[in-house]
Amino acid sequence: MPIIHPTDKKLLQTDNGAGPPTLRVQNLSFSYPDGFQALKNVSLTIAPREKAALVGPNGAGKSTLMLHLNGLLQGSGALEVAGLPVAKPHLPVIRGKVGMVFQNPDDQLFSPTVFDDVAFGPLHMGLPVDEIRERVARALAQVGMDGFEDRLSHHLSLGQKKRVSIATVLSMNPEILVLDEPSAGLDPRARRALINLLRDLPLTMLVSSHDMLMVQELFPRMIVMDEGEIVADGETAVLLQNNDLLEAHGLERPSLA
Amino acid sequence: MHINSFDRYEQRHSLVHHLDPRTKVVVTGLFIIANVLLPDGAWAAFAAAWGLVLLGGWLAQLPPGYLIKRSFIVLPFTLAAVTILFTLPGTAVVTFPLFSRTITISDTGLIRFASIVIRSWLSIQAAIWLTATTQFPDLMHALRHLRAPRLLIAIISFMYRYLFVLANEATRLLRAREARSAAPVGKNGGGSILWRAKVAGSMVGQLFIRSFERSERVYNAMLARGYRGQLLTMNPHVMKKRDWRVLVTAVTLIILVQIIGRL
Repeated sequence: MPIIHPTDKKLLQTDNGAGPPTLRVQNLSFSYPDGFQALKNVSLTIAPREKAALVGPNGAGKSTLMLHLNGLLQGSGALEVAGLPVAKPHLPVIRGKVGMVFQNPDDQLFSPTVFDDVAFGPLHMGLPVDEIRERVARALAQVGMDGFEDRLSHHLSLGQKKRVSIATVLSMNPEILVLDEPSAGLDPRARRALINLLRDLPLTMLVSSHDMLMVQELFPRMIVMDEGEIVADGETAVLLQNNDLLEAHGLERPSLA
Repeated sequence: MHINSFDRYEQRHSLVHHLDPRTKVVVTGLFIIANVLLPDGAWAAFAAAWGLVLLGGWLAQLPPGYLIKRSFIVLPFTLAAVTILFTLPGTAVVTFPLFSRTITISDTGLIRFASIVIRSWLSIQAAIWLTATTQFPDLMHALRHLRAPRLLIAIISFMYRYLFVLANEATRLLRAREARSAAPVGKNGGGSILWRAKVAGSMVGQLFIRSFERSERVYNAMLARGYRGQLLTMNPHVMKKRDWRVLVTAVTLIILVQIIGRL
């Protein structure tokens, strides 16, 4: 079942099949105000329903790249989400299309109750109240957190917080899910639940991670970044065989004991 | 710690809770203004105003003593008015020497000081009543309807949003300091007062930088989900008949208190 419901005409003008790529980044460069160049000429394209992992050492520019995808940072170069250029007049629509989940759920969940947080996106998209309620219920059901509407975010476990964080963007019916290190800090059971959830969500995904086992299991495509550049982009299974590449960029081949 | 540690909202289903927030903001505002306008020493009117506060608390099903308990926070601030005791001319009540000078407390000074304390104490109770019965986003929404400056509303919203962030970071910093504040066996740990002050100073700096960075991240998370400078709420705001009735009754009572104060 497609997650993207064509109910909200304002937010959705995609034709299934031969539409534009979900994400197109061309020659994106960005320097922070202190002069540090975080992105150098980054180009990548993600097709609808593709699940790609973004790996690389800390400080490689993964998070900086993600912050560009919905216009929170704006560098030089071209960026399109579902055919729509990421530029100021389109930002409100783009932010509904890009479901961005930040690494720390305490940054992501800023409302008193779970319901308020999951409703925040749809509410600020200007949807009618009935639809907001429906979307909140559906998003929480998708992440297996139904019934938690009235719970306080700070009373949840880390694994639950992560799942609610994902629900907060699912409720916006995004075209692409952008997750920053979703499995960091989770215990094995919560991590397993998260992996199953990500596997079952039929959405386009770009996920940054250091969890190479999860990358191997979930993402057919792997993009390696280092020092602000994309140094490799290809099939995960192939790239993980390339010892020289992995070693040069501080990565490890996952091994099951 | 969490945002709720600061949230003074008390979940109830009372008449007051179901009023439109605009009604409550207007009533509270009028009450405070009227309070300030009461003449010095209008004890009967002060008592009547307190009666209104108690009535409001009872209608809102707040536990008895709730408003009083939380209102003591204002008392230290009334110390700012303490000079009035000594500076107003009038009949001397108490005279005592201080640093080779004679200090006189006059009766008019005493009456004015007591009135100021009572007024602030009543006003803060009204404000506590408002925040205990109105959820924060609704309060901001009401202020927007009442044409309060947007910038001011944004500043209040963010102060509220980040207050808990600050407290959280402070707790963590203090814990980290505790964890490393070891002392050799049989001796007192820690350095000189100056050294301790330096540590405390850099902790304050750390606290500022950390909360600043976190606020940036929270703000990004809000932007990423479509925040465009206004906190929205799903609670519908409609002035119903009930709101108008309460508003008219409250205004009448406030005017009545004024009349009592000026008899």
